[in-house]
Amino acid sequence: MNPLTMRRWSPYAAGAALGVLSWATFYFMDKALGVSTSVCHMAAAVIGAGSESAVKENAYFSKLLVKDGVWKPFVDWQFALVTMMAVGAFLAAWWGKGFDETRGMPRTWTGSFGPSRSLRWVGAFVGGIILIFGSRLADGCTSGHAISGGLQLALSSWVFMVAMFATGVTTGLALYSRKGA
Amino acid sequence: MFEHAFADPRTLILGALTGLIFGFLLQKGGVASSDTIMRQMTLRDFTVAKMMLTAIVVGAIGVWIMKETGMIKGLHLKPALLAANAIGGAIFGVGMAVAGYCPGTSFAALGQKSWDAIPATAGMIVGAVIFAQAYPWLAERVLPIADLGKKTLPDVTGVPWWVYVLVLSIGLGVMARALARKPGATPAL
Repeated sequence: MNPLTMRRWSPYAAGAALGVLSWATFYFMDKALGVSTSVCHMAAAVIGAGSESAVKENAYFSKLLVKDGVWKPFVDWQFALVTMMAVGAFLAAWWGKGFDETRGMPRTWTGSFGPSRSLRWVGAFVGGIILIFGSRLADGCTSGHAISGGLQLALSSWVFMVAMFATGVTTGLALYSRKGA
Repeated sequence: MFEHAFADPRTLILGALTGLIFGFLLQKGGVASSDTIMRQMTLRDFTVAKMMLTAIVVGAIGVWIMKETGMIKGLHLKPALLAANAIGGAIFGVGMAVAGYCPGTSFAALGQKSWDAIPATAGMIVGAVIFAQAYPWLAERVLPIADLGKKTLPDVTGVPWWVYVLVLSIGLGVMARALARKPGATPAL
């Protein structure tokens, strides 16, 4: 069967391909996969649209985006990667007829919190705030820490991963009903 | 900042190509759906763990061999600021369970019409602004705690890299066998 038109791949196949993609980023680009730094670039761009000096005066944004008083490009390798992820996922879903039929109302969520779309959006928004705060404190997310750092056997990343799954599973079990689905 | 917004075209094209494949794989693997991540966090579906551990094992074999043979310039380690890594990871896990997303999968989710990724992504951008405000305090009080620098597990234990990769490979095999017997097992490929 044509893998492009398969609705879903085995997670082992998709994971192995992701591992090989990491070889390519190291070998051809001298980079490791990561995502969450680009979210900070986006945040800096939003702030910078109002006032560039506000970005420069912020210790964190200037650490990321200013070097020796000169702006670094905020649309960089990783920023291009992140924006194209949506396109890659679109192609995968299009060829495999795998678009989300619920349009973003996960059954695990609705099983516990009901069908209100606004409540789900509030949950996703609040969850987004929490997770990026954690990822910036830890200096990485599931991509940069768990996958890239994990495969490099980085001490920082394995500590991150253990902590992430410990509270993730605790929170998941506390929030979501185990019945149904 | 906007007059020097773009990196050089070659860098951007390579990044874009990588992102295209990355997003494609996350969608095909099923982790672009917030339900998949929520089900992992309730231990009903191990797609996330299977995909992540396979990526780590396969990635580690290639990257460490290339490192040892000098085919790549070196690793890209994040510093072990152990308090920040642990607290940040713990906060991250809570957010991931609530949102059903992590940063990468939320961008992939936008491509498969999972519209709850819109508020998740917006929340992430707001969260980054909040973090930037808190950064000076955190940099002074939290980041320096248990700062061991850029260290790998082989560095701190003296156990060679291939032992870790071997143990992780065996772990992956054991996990795959154990989970294959569970109902709701994964599609074959």
